[in-house]
Amino acid sequence: MAKAAAAKSKPSVSAESPRTGDNSVTPEQLRQFYRDMLLIRRFEERAGQLYGMGLIGGFCHLYIGQEAVVVGMQSTIDSSKDAVLTSYRDHGHMLACGMDPRGVMAELTGRSGGYSRGKGGSMHMFSKERNFYGGHGIVGAQVPIGTGLAFARKYRGENSVSLTYFGDGSANQGQVYEAMNMAALWKLPVVYIIENNKYGMGTSVERASAVVDLYKHGQSFGIPGEQVDGMDVIAVKAAGERAVEHGRAGKGPYVLEMLTYRYRGHSMSDPGKYRSKEEVEKMRGERDPIERLKKRMTETKAIDEARLKALDAEVRRIVADAAEFATTSPEPDPKELWTDVLVESKPAQAA
Amino acid sequence: MPRRTMVEAIRDAMDVSMQRDDNVVVFGEDVGYFGGVFRCTQGLQRKFGSSRCFDAPISELGIVGTAVGMAAYGLRPCVEIQFADYMYPAYDQIVSEAARLRYRSAGQFTVPMVVRMPTGGGIFGGQTHSQSPEALFTHVSGLKTVVPSNPYDAKGLLIAAIEDNDPVIFLEPKRLYNGPFDGHHDKPVTPWARHALGEVPEGHYTVPLGKAVVRRPGTAVTVLAYGTMVYVSEAAAAETGIDAEIIDLRTLVPYDLDTIVASVRKTGRCVVVHEATLTSGFGAELSALVQETCFYHLEAPVMRVTGWDTPYPHAQEWDYFPGPDRVGRTLKAVMEA
Repeated sequence: MAKAAAAKSKPSVSAESPRTGDNSVTPEQLRQFYRDMLLIRRFEERAGQLYGMGLIGGFCHLYIGQEAVVVGMQSTIDSSKDAVLTSYRDHGHMLACGMDPRGVMAELTGRSGGYSRGKGGSMHMFSKERNFYGGHGIVGAQVPIGTGLAFARKYRGENSVSLTYFGDGSANQGQVYEAMNMAALWKLPVVYIIENNKYGMGTSVERASAVVDLYKHGQSFGIPGEQVDGMDVIAVKAAGERAVEHGRAGKGPYVLEMLTYRYRGHSMSDPGKYRSKEEVEKMRGERDPIERLKKRMTETKAIDEARLKALDAEVRRIVADAAEFATTSPEPDPKELWTDVLVESKPAQAA
Repeated sequence: MPRRTMVEAIRDAMDVSMQRDDNVVVFGEDVGYFGGVFRCTQGLQRKFGSSRCFDAPISELGIVGTAVGMAAYGLRPCVEIQFADYMYPAYDQIVSEAARLRYRSAGQFTVPMVVRMPTGGGIFGGQTHSQSPEALFTHVSGLKTVVPSNPYDAKGLLIAAIEDNDPVIFLEPKRLYNGPFDGHHDKPVTPWARHALGEVPEGHYTVPLGKAVVRRPGTAVTVLAYGTMVYVSEAAAAETGIDAEIIDLRTLVPYDLDTIVASVRKTGRCVVVHEATLTSGFGAELSALVQETCFYHLEAPVMRVTGWDTPYPHAQEWDYFPGPDRVGRTLKAVMEA
């Protein structure tokens, strides 16, 4: 494995997302995408409200606007074996992975019913059952870990891949490139998904990256890359299928740059001075992934008004239930402070 | 019983572990084809193949980061950082990821990995090949930190570390690789082949993490040491004639407080010795623990003998290194207090 030469084939780097026809997606899949994106949207709106009410402490990074990326990508993998991990803007990824909205919301409120029993908070949640490996608060630190997860899968001879998400901000971290080199050197089945929402906190890509076409960032390692309309769930799915197939075929890593946009601030305390209101409104009005899909489904009669309403009601019910759970789940047991530090956790202070 | 150098014992530990468990993989800079800068992995690639023992690019952060991912999926990576001084780029992954995944996933994911690194000076390596950064690890909750002082322990502790379900930092005093160096740099070192602790059993055995050992029983003063300083302290005791009880900590975290307390309560005096710099060194932690647990048994202040608070010098290496004279002077001072 270690001796495997770097990919010999010339990297195909393309800004064109070859559009697979919409007929590759069934009406049922479209409705599922719509429902999954809507769940993330409504969940995040509710999280924002709970934050405003003081029920969520600390940091909270909402995924509103970017829903098509995770929902489209998740449809390309086998969640029973493929790994997913991301940075701190992670609620959407967890919901897309099929994690229980109750457990996610309760981690936001720091309750014992949260996925990490209140030890992690918004940025640090995991689910072994759903192959979700976090939730990482250090920008870019998840990228070598996702690469190692791909190594372990290949080492064990499993035909599974690692979806390793990061943002345009992470795309300038050194460890990302150490990991990319190793992934290409060892031909690891990892898909690097760069969610380019144009701003690393308050710094635009133009002010941070010498090469702003982030799909080219794997070029020097021979990693193919493509730029994808990340506001179009069907385009995401089509590109994701190519990338995942590349990994499963043993051809090594792949870079997908998802052009996307977050409507809300970087976190809850973001004054938003680095971009105009018009820019946000334009994206929301013209490119919104949920509205676009809704329009497409209505036009192709993939859904009618009654079903839209039913989906909407279902999602609202799930989110209300999650919020109810997250605000009534007990606070963590005081003893939890000292558990899960080491395998036999018993620091002197806890004795 | 075969006598081995510490390098051979460490290699043997990896060999035994790789034979017993396919999940054990060994990698790092020059580790595969070349066999490691100090030859600790020599022959492993030939024996186990290049999927289990392999070279990594010079990317310490990437090495440790990928190992964290492997470990989270159940492999048991044992990686080498070529010199402990090269660890700093990897510190982010060690602290924020390896040490913390268990806690922030509430026990869903663990990181059963070992990061081996040669530590300490005495080879004229200057400031980037001589440091002893153990306190940077002992300060981090979620890590275990081990410093072996001889071939027998090195093999048993390394096997225990590889089998442990937590991340273990395994610091190998490079001046001890070939013999029990006692700080007398102007004299030839006794090779491990002529030292009892160079006897290394074949096959599998472990030395438990978290257990110290009394290397020299004594009644006058307790010396807390680890790594190279165990032999420096033995020399100091022999040369001063002070009946010191020398404890080799072996594992810094979790530390063996019971052994420390039993000894200090018996002797009523304590000297802590390490090669690392003084301020905020692990000796500060040991001194605090001793005064907290043994205050009413103490006949003298707890003293520390350490490297100076300077970068590790090149030409003046032996003025920096806390050798037997410096340790001996402090032993005398504590006895006269």
